[in-house]
Amino acid sequence: MDGRGILQGLAVTLKHFIASYVDDFKRKNRYFSEEGVKYRSSPEVEGIFTIQYPEERRLLHENFRYIPFLVYDEGENGQQDIRCTACGICAKVCPAQCIWIVRAKDPNTGRPVSKPAEFYIDTFLCMNCGLCAEFCPFDAIIMDHDYEVAMYERADSVFDLKRLLKSAAYYQDIRPTQYAEKAAEREAKAKAKAARRGARK
Amino acid sequence: MAQPTVAAPDLAARFPEMVTPDTRKGYSGYIVKAEALLDFAKALKEEFGYDYLSSVTGVDYLPQGLMEVVYHAYKITGGPPLVFKVQVPRDNPVVPSVTSIWPGANFQEREAWDLLGIRFEGHPNLKRILLWEGFWGHPLRKDWREPYYEGEHKPFKSRTAGPHFWHEDHNPFGKNVDYPPGFDPYTWEPETADQILYESVIQRTRKPEQEELHSEQVVVNLGPQHPSTHGVFRMIATLDGETVVALEPVMGYLHRNHEKIGERNTWIMNIPYTDRLDYITAMSNNFGYVLAVEKLMGLEPPERAQYLRVIMAELTRIVNHLWAIGFLLNDLGAFFTPALYAIEERELILDVFEAASGSRMMNNYMRFGGVVRDIPEDAWDMLVKLVHDRLPRKIDELDRFLTHNELIKSRTQGVGVLTPEQAIALSTSGPVLRASGVPYDVRRAEPYGIYDRFDFDVAVRYHGDVYDRYLIRLDEARQSLRILQQAVRDIPERGAPILAGKPQYQVRVPAGEAYGRVEGPKGELGFYVVSTGKANPWRYHVRAPSFINLTALEAMSIGNKVADLVVILGSIDIVLGEVDR
Repeated sequence: MDGRGILQGLAVTLKHFIASYVDDFKRKNRYFSEEGVKYRSSPEVEGIFTIQYPEERRLLHENFRYIPFLVYDEGENGQQDIRCTACGICAKVCPAQCIWIVRAKDPNTGRPVSKPAEFYIDTFLCMNCGLCAEFCPFDAIIMDHDYEVAMYERADSVFDLKRLLKSAAYYQDIRPTQYAEKAAEREAKAKAKAARRGARK
Repeated sequence: MAQPTVAAPDLAARFPEMVTPDTRKGYSGYIVKAEALLDFAKALKEEFGYDYLSSVTGVDYLPQGLMEVVYHAYKITGGPPLVFKVQVPRDNPVVPSVTSIWPGANFQEREAWDLLGIRFEGHPNLKRILLWEGFWGHPLRKDWREPYYEGEHKPFKSRTAGPHFWHEDHNPFGKNVDYPPGFDPYTWEPETADQILYESVIQRTRKPEQEELHSEQVVVNLGPQHPSTHGVFRMIATLDGETVVALEPVMGYLHRNHEKIGERNTWIMNIPYTDRLDYITAMSNNFGYVLAVEKLMGLEPPERAQYLRVIMAELTRIVNHLWAIGFLLNDLGAFFTPALYAIEERELILDVFEAASGSRMMNNYMRFGGVVRDIPEDAWDMLVKLVHDRLPRKIDELDRFLTHNELIKSRTQGVGVLTPEQAIALSTSGPVLRASGVPYDVRRAEPYGIYDRFDFDVAVRYHGDVYDRYLIRLDEARQSLRILQQAVRDIPERGAPILAGKPQYQVRVPAGEAYGRVEGPKGELGFYVVSTGKANPWRYHVRAPSFINLTALEAMSIGNKVADLVVILGSIDIVLGEVDR
């Protein structure tokens, strides 16, 4: 009980205290740069590791998931080709049951077609588990990286089709590996299908 | 822990006509007649050495008109469980309480009463534990329905198709709670509020009359809104001067009936829900659940997935123990410096989790038969650096920082002592049990996954006080690093399969029961699941270590000063998401 234990502990605090200044002087781009943020979230970091949100943002990993969005491909005439076929797997697998889908109808025949007319995600219910995106057979629903979704009105918390749609280019931008993998998969499938067709003929 | 394997005792022969083997397809163990339960339990404990009662829960077999109580008993020296059940008619379920034999059954029997309405005769304090006293009905019964009932199983038809609707339109305020007949919340007044609240505590602590010096006992309410209770949790302490003479934990403020939700979910939907039990250790919660369901399905995950699971579970243990140590010191008054040093390392581990699973805390990483995706290469490099360099260094630093501190020693040594006998009898598990000198670790006692391949020691400390519960977490974090270093070395090359079979969202689970348990950072985390072959579990029960460890809170606290209550609670390391479920 001579206080040596306390002093030993305080030495650790002092080391941390000094390190935070030394590191500030040693590294030029420690703050407000991508390089700095990267350093501060790496296993090498010493000293202060806080990220100064909102001036700085964490570098999100590709697999980061937040409230899902729907992908559309840019058509030739600039129209949006929605990938979703309203099959409803995402709504069925959703643990929170926060997805509502209304199928589109053919205006001439009145029969349902495989496109969504309405699509809702209640973001207050969504738990960001990512199961919808995981089991979507058409790569049409993707977990987003945009985590800044604060809103003023409660009604805005239900994302409708218009709010949910984002371009395939955005998808490729945030998840390049997954995008490439899925595109390759689709291509292989299409090729196999064509080959089968060719064989039948 | 090499021990001669003793053949399971033939209990049916020992208790003719009272005990029969459970022959239902997919089930195991014995069915005991209610009137013979106490004799049977006594024999189990005293003759056969099953001194550790891990789990008590009920199952409502509505079609058969039966209410079943399921017990899992273990030997503290290791080995598989002995499962036995008591079946009673559903309309009048009365079962003798086993608290006189295994006091650890206390909270679990109260929970079964609360949620299923099974009465345990001879229980010292049989009242609701998770729900409030005026709750109407027993919600885990299969015929219980909430005021706004959407359907027995997900996916709910009302939700998946058609335009969005607001929940409160169907479930308006004022009509969203069912009250017992004759109860009106607006006119109801408690007659003797104090008595209702503190009755059980006061009854147990009435002092003998012949005391010379007249001293009055004071009942002090700590919580529910108290910064040191790590959530919304209440302790009713009876004090004699400053010394605690009785204590009763009150919980359930965060109750959401996880198990009812789980029984309505499909099998796969439960995985993200398990993340939310103990939200600090989501990975190991995932592990326990998938293990239980894999037992039913007969699935074996591929090698690389096994290693990934172990890596994630052990990283979780380090995260949890760092967090526990940091916040234990917070409870002692070392405001946030140790906590923030611990959290810095936690952040880096969470970065690895995020890269692999997509989320820092709610990981949802494991699947039946494997894991959802491989860990990306950059995260792998970071993991290797953490495991080999940074974490060992930082754990040593935390050790240097705190262990020899005289203030910490004087506040924690000899405080909140739990003897090994008490620890076993009260069914505590994890660090609480091992700090009391009982080297029981599920990873060794009944190895799951690939834990039998790793070289590590079961950390154990012998004083059973708060200081040892702190030290054991450092020890365990170091042992986890040992496992991690071996796992990182031995894991099969990238590209090896990580999932048995194809990813699927509708899994076929054969009928039967299974109990999957893992050594979670807080203790033994068990999942008892019953399948009827349908898309949803018939029964889904969580043996929550934080919840059951709280059974020992009173034993730890009696005789200590009220000022130490906070740190004693902190040393159990509870997370209310798991306690209240």
